[in-house]
Amino acid sequence: MKAIWHLLRRELRLALRQGADAAMAVLFFVLCVVMFPFGIGPEPGILARIAPGVILVAALLASLLSLDRLFQADHEDGSLELLALSPPGLEAVAVAKLAAHWLVTGLPLILASPLLALFLNLPAEGFPILLLALAITTPLLSLIGGVGAALTLGARRGGVLLPLLVMPLYIPALIFAAAAIDAALMGHSARPHLLLLGGLLAGAATLAPFAVAAALRTALD
Amino acid sequence: MRAAPSPTAAASPGALLEARALTCLRGARLVFTQLEFSLAAGGALLLVGHNGSGKSSLLRLLAGLSRPFAGGLFWQNSPIAEDMEAHRARLRYAGHQDAVKPALTALENLCVWAGLDGLPDATGRAQAALAQVELSHIADMPGRYLSAGQKKRVNLARLALAPAAHAPLWLLDEPATALDRDSVARLAALMARHRGDGGMVVLSTHSAIDLPGAQVLDVSLFSADADDADGDDAADGEAA
Repeated sequence: MKAIWHLLRRELRLALRQGADAAMAVLFFVLCVVMFPFGIGPEPGILARIAPGVILVAALLASLLSLDRLFQADHEDGSLELLALSPPGLEAVAVAKLAAHWLVTGLPLILASPLLALFLNLPAEGFPILLLALAITTPLLSLIGGVGAALTLGARRGGVLLPLLVMPLYIPALIFAAAAIDAALMGHSARPHLLLLGGLLAGAATLAPFAVAAALRTALD
Repeated sequence: MRAAPSPTAAASPGALLEARALTCLRGARLVFTQLEFSLAAGGALLLVGHNGSGKSSLLRLLAGLSRPFAGGLFWQNSPIAEDMEAHRARLRYAGHQDAVKPALTALENLCVWAGLDGLPDATGRAQAALAQVELSHIADMPGRYLSAGQKKRVNLARLALAPAAHAPLWLLDEPATALDRDSVARLAALMARHRGDGGMVVLSTHSAIDLPGAQVLDVSLFSADADDADGDDAADGEAA
């Protein structure tokens, strides 16, 4: 546990020093969403209708953006080998890396989303559920994406392969998150959808570190 | 012929680390077969052989980064593969890359590794280790400004983080590249002290380095195509 905390601090310090990654994901998220009114036209009814889906898909793409660097930098300079050989082991490294990815890219997306929801004219009753759905979905994106990033590590054209591999796996999260917000907007309970999302998150959080560690081991061999 | 620097037979008494009938396969290429050696506390094993003969592959096998195709590695007669966690704790590996993060200072780079080995006072040990490679004056310099030799020295300073009793096995892949003559001498002194404390060193090198009483293991002798004299430079890394 102490080792995971130590590794997490390393990841966060590297992310803060290098800076750009976190800011890039949020900016991409904002710009991506802002494009829609320009493309569709400023019709408030239509924008309100598509707002949940647009925000979720943009968050998904923004989270994908920084994934290919998740293990690559450490792989290229040999740090990953040393991390793999460190006493805590690759599972702990995976937990720290995935948590750091969420803190650096996922959390800012959640914080930026109310502004975008306002921008797209999302009705007020959708806001709490949007935040809640994003709070469950973004870690899920980091976890699933992390497995993809580990699997494509060292692959030629890994940066292109990664979205192809990961996006289909994002679909269930997208469906339940969008359904939760839609339910709230229509005055139904969002609870079942959020519970299903939570179930996905619990499963992914349990399995992803082991999958990531196994994939990294293969990449290092 | 007791003093002859040749690989000793397996299962010799006092041996801590042993390789028995080790076979390494990279892709579809058989790198070496039936490789054997044993190493006792305080021992050193110098790996020689032409490019592509499998020195790096052997070091990666010893580190547990890859698995042997056949044969096994033993620590005090028990298979290493059975307890990788204990093996990871006892080894320090330095590969071709220096793993120095450009965004972190030299000291911070070392602190990362010091904090992972479970011993107290990571910062103090990192400072002491930097002093060992005489880099204390650049402790606060970011990794991106370090020269190749300085990065190498920061990486080698990791070896000095833990006492030999804690991490007895050093696996060094070409540690002398990019180092100036003084640094090579310091590395030799570091290894001598480590061995004096009961540690072990396995290293591959093409340059002269002072390693008294080391066993020499010519990896190319165990090559599947050992008679092939033109085997030089046949893909230093893994076969594509």
